[in-house]
Amino acid sequence: MAISRVFTLLLLLFTVFNLSHSLYEDQVGLMDWHQQYIGKVKQAVFQTQKAGRKRVIVATEENVVASLDLRRGEIFWRKVLGAKDAVDEIALALGKYVITLSSEGSVLRAWNLPDGLLVWESILTGSESSKSLLVVPETLKVGKDSVILVYSCGSLHAVSSIDGEVIWSKDLAAEGILVQQLIYNDENDLVYAVGFDGESKFHLYQINAKNGELLKHNSAAYPGGFSGEMLLVTNDRLVTLDSSRATVVAVEIREEKIVFEPTQVSDLLQDVSGTAILLPAKLAGIFAVKVNAVILFVKVTNDGKLELVDKLDHTVAVSDALSFSEGQQAFALVQHEGSKIDLTIKLNNDWSSNLLKESINMDQDRGVVQKMFINNYIRTDRSYGFRALLVMEDHSLLLVQQGEIVWSREDSLASVVDVTTSELPIEKDGVSVAKVEHSLFEWLQGHLLKLKGTLMLATPDDIVAIQKMRLQSSEKSKMTRDHNGFRKLLIVLTRAGKVFALHTGDGRIIWSQLLHALRKSGSCESPSGLKLLHWQVPHHHAMDENPSLLVTGRCGVTSDSPGVLSIIDAYSGKEVKSFGSIHSILQVIPLPYTDSKERRLHLVIDDVKRGHLYPQTPEAVEIFKSEFTNIYWYSVEENNGILRGHAVKSNCVLDVADEYCFETRDLWSVVFPSETEKIITTVTRKLNEVVHTQAKVIADEDVMFKYISKNLLFVATVSPKATGEIGSVTPEESCLVVYLIDTITGRILHRMTHHGSQGPVHAVLSENWVVYHYFNLRAHRYEMSVIEIYDQSRADNKDVLKLVFGKHNLTSPVSSYSRPDVVTKSQSYFFTHSVKTIAVTSTAKGITSRQLLVGTIGDQVLALDKRFLDPRRSINPTAAEKEEGIIPLTDSLPILPQSYVTHALKVENLRGIEVIPAKLESTTLIFAYGVDLFFTRLAPSRTYDSLTEDFSYALLLITIVALVVAIFVTWILSERKELQEKWR
Amino acid sequence: MRPSMKSVATLSCFLLLTLSLLIPNSSCFQSDELLIEDDEFIKSPDLGRPSISPPTRKTVSDSGSDSKVQFVLEHAFGDSDFTPAGTFSARLKTWSHGAQTLTKLRFSRKDLSREDKENFKTLLEGDDFYRIRVPSNVISPPGRDYIISSVKARCLPQTGLDEHFVIHMDGVNILGVNYGSLAVCQYPRQFKLPSKWAFTSHTVLKSTEQAPRTPAFSEDIGSTEIGGEEEGVKPLERSFWAKYWMYLIPLGLIVMNAVTQAMNMPEEGQPASQTQQVNGPLPRGPGSRR
Repeated sequence: MAISRVFTLLLLLFTVFNLSHSLYEDQVGLMDWHQQYIGKVKQAVFQTQKAGRKRVIVATEENVVASLDLRRGEIFWRKVLGAKDAVDEIALALGKYVITLSSEGSVLRAWNLPDGLLVWESILTGSESSKSLLVVPETLKVGKDSVILVYSCGSLHAVSSIDGEVIWSKDLAAEGILVQQLIYNDENDLVYAVGFDGESKFHLYQINAKNGELLKHNSAAYPGGFSGEMLLVTNDRLVTLDSSRATVVAVEIREEKIVFEPTQVSDLLQDVSGTAILLPAKLAGIFAVKVNAVILFVKVTNDGKLELVDKLDHTVAVSDALSFSEGQQAFALVQHEGSKIDLTIKLNNDWSSNLLKESINMDQDRGVVQKMFINNYIRTDRSYGFRALLVMEDHSLLLVQQGEIVWSREDSLASVVDVTTSELPIEKDGVSVAKVEHSLFEWLQGHLLKLKGTLMLATPDDIVAIQKMRLQSSEKSKMTRDHNGFRKLLIVLTRAGKVFALHTGDGRIIWSQLLHALRKSGSCESPSGLKLLHWQVPHHHAMDENPSLLVTGRCGVTSDSPGVLSIIDAYSGKEVKSFGSIHSILQVIPLPYTDSKERRLHLVIDDVKRGHLYPQTPEAVEIFKSEFTNIYWYSVEENNGILRGHAVKSNCVLDVADEYCFETRDLWSVVFPSETEKIITTVTRKLNEVVHTQAKVIADEDVMFKYISKNLLFVATVSPKATGEIGSVTPEESCLVVYLIDTITGRILHRMTHHGSQGPVHAVLSENWVVYHYFNLRAHRYEMSVIEIYDQSRADNKDVLKLVFGKHNLTSPVSSYSRPDVVTKSQSYFFTHSVKTIAVTSTAKGITSRQLLVGTIGDQVLALDKRFLDPRRSINPTAAEKEEGIIPLTDSLPILPQSYVTHALKVENLRGIEVIPAKLESTTLIFAYGVDLFFTRLAPSRTYDSLTEDFSYALLLITIVALVVAIFVTWILSERKELQEKWR
Repeated sequence: MRPSMKSVATLSCFLLLTLSLLIPNSSCFQSDELLIEDDEFIKSPDLGRPSISPPTRKTVSDSGSDSKVQFVLEHAFGDSDFTPAGTFSARLKTWSHGAQTLTKLRFSRKDLSREDKENFKTLLEGDDFYRIRVPSNVISPPGRDYIISSVKARCLPQTGLDEHFVIHMDGVNILGVNYGSLAVCQYPRQFKLPSKWAFTSHTVLKSTEQAPRTPAFSEDIGSTEIGGEEEGVKPLERSFWAKYWMYLIPLGLIVMNAVTQAMNMPEEGQPASQTQQVNGPLPRGPGSRR
């Protein structure tokens, strides 16, 4: 019982601390940082015509529309559209609106150019999905309104650019054609809609732009059929490919008829054959075709003949043509030359000469140029200058002007795939310490300033200086390990295949590396990164080696595509070793064993359920074989609704002997009835989580033992009907079933049904509890439920005598094969927000109470004390329960504005929250990522184990000095007085 | 406590049995949930598992029809093929609203053949898996797939071979089987041959639990929520003492110092007061200073 007393005391101690924590205004940015990104740019429009701020409007693959400062690359404004609201087209209208067409052409919005406020939004409807096209004619007016022409959802719409009202719309899908191009002729206010019907017939519609009246309809059949791509070369000429992609068909639209002029690709260039792809660059008079690894530039002559002008390597990037002065049009080409890129600007009617040729030094790490947008300006000598916006392979965005990179943005950080951390090197002689070391004088000065601040003597200037000093404290951005474990490297894997190391102190990039293994190549068509794992964490005998990380990826979309493994050094980012195009990677299991170099053993499971052991050394195999019988794992077949457990059996029997390959066998299976249940979420505990105590002392001095197992799996299933949107089913049709399953034996430990509820389910499993969030259809509200699971088999260990005489089973090992004797407690609460993700804080020793970190729909992170989600909450807790810290029962969970971890900031498109324990027990580090990145420190029970950052050591010192001085002064005074006394 | 509980359980069992004998057509309540301690039953055919539902509920729910259903338990030694090992027989109860549930599950195991025993011995020696499987649908076996469960063979032998099935059901579908023995069985497991080559089987059917309903307060909402918030929004300001202790302590010391000085003062001031006394009697306070 003595133990329980101690625990009660400890608990009491914790309850003394407040439930909610918030920041003071001047603490913002002290230990948190926030970075804004936009993602990989897919379209850009420059706005440089008028005086004022030069800017570029971009639309990205992260569904962001942003206005960037052309001088520095900073974000003027940024709008993040929803996950399903992908931007199709952007344009400028009236010189003051940014027009975006999104959601497959169904939503048209106008944003105010200077500040990004939404001016109007209109929903365009149509009969079927189609290509989305947006044309903003400058001169077209209907009445007083300027008109925007939009082709989407199979219909052509004319929309007023003033208020977004649809003036007329014409259903072209009803005519049976799919429009590929819209051509607006400003001389006679006609719109030409060009498209295919099926694959063989070419159609041309002439529509009056004023009222949508269909004036003329021409069609012509081409025997070879069409591949579907189309490019407008000149005002009356189009280029397309036939269905075999071996012939380029030039289409001429004359007044009365349509003329086809086919040209074989092999006629353009002798030794080239294969399927051709039209590049979407609009070059006016010229078009580009990619055949195999060559790009052909073909000119369309005035009489409709095709003429090859050049052929270039496939790494070349081409911009659209830009008209810059009286009828002159230019476009840009970028070619790679070793560590440099060559930017060439050419006039579209003159291939042989260059308008501009610049050579720019380019970091190899950025890969090849994937997209380019150009803009012109007038130089000081009145000649024309050009600047180019480059989108690189690593998703970064660069502005190039006068042969230099003016600015660059690392926008691949907007698409983080996985995060892990690495410790920094220990401070020692050989290691470089941050350059800015304080001198003693500076230190004292700083503290004097702080002292002034605390004594409220500081002038406003001083306050600014103090704040600046606190924000730029060199302590936090040093490149060495600190005592509290706050300084770490955040290693981030992005969708571009680039790995970054960010410093937790200020978020700066320490190194970045575009992984060679994850770059597009012949053998690996569409590589994607999957996971980051710790490969080598040296701490004892391999101390002088750098830690390294394992990056896994695959060369394709499907799970059976070949895998990629790469090992990188955590301090430099160099790729130490990589395995390309190996067996497929379904699961990577870090095993709890390390070899003599402290490399962790990993078992990689492929799609035929074979296990592959890494590192591939005889030593690793030896270690593995000795622990052979104790390695289990499970797999989830979400589409089938089956969970399976597996164990390692023997070496693979293959044609080629492979001692690192292991066959596996099925041990158990759980089959969910397909007609009533469908798996939507599975959650496990984090591998590195630490639980401080197994016992939980409850109010009446009783002890409950937590059922703590690393092999606990939470599974949520819903009725197959209820997998859709919320509200698509009635409460009677839908139910949510949750399971707690032991993954070694497949035992269902707990199973519970929530009638009338549906997903999406977000859950987090920690210690002996699971918290999950779902929608209650009956109550029309979101709910959060908690299940706590306790081990009854240890419940008899309460007798002190037994403890004394050792007749307890507290120290006996836990085995999954022993029959579990568990009880569960659960409770549900209403929760106002819908949730994007849930995480839980974790600390070094697990003593500090836990907080749930809820990523809300508003892209913020809310810290919610776990005590609010205690299943033992009751309406009137007894005094003992109150003492224990049980909060009176409420039906909903409180959302306190102060408990937002992200305070006033937003992490746009929040996708994940990563929690890293610091070395200081009270503190945990939090990294939230989406389009933005946010990092902060959190102390769920306050920093009970350290002095606060603003503690003034100088004041303490000065006080002590003052006291000593005072003692001396008074001593001297009294001495003197005594002397006087004696002389009298 | 334990024996009395048991006796109550057996008594209730008996009562239920007699009741079910008395009312032959009545069927039992759908609840299949059983706690192992309360009524684990042994495969003896005439000691049918009585339901734990209270007898009063039985009369309420006799709207469905019953039929018998059987399904096979198969076993495998290590990686061998599955062979039949026994049969489960149960009553399939069809409810008026169409749902079907299983009740009165019984299990009869085949005796182990000589070959089986040999196989089992090799399993025990190699600390390998003894695997069982049942169909995932009892009406149309095997359903979508078999439910497999396995246990290290060394976990089973006690005096005989002790096995416990906990079958998780949803209507006529089996979701999962928890299979194993009650004994503690942790790694490294001891090699032990059973003294008796016969299985003692215990079977429990489990169906899903209902989630507790979210508490709903109609009147209390305001007060409790406010109460909760108040607890949350405790004054964040630090106390006066916490903020200014560093000034207060030296101040206090200085004051104390001053006071002690003042205490010493009068001695120094005596000559002055003496002169005053000469001039005339004046009131003299302890703190009067010049």
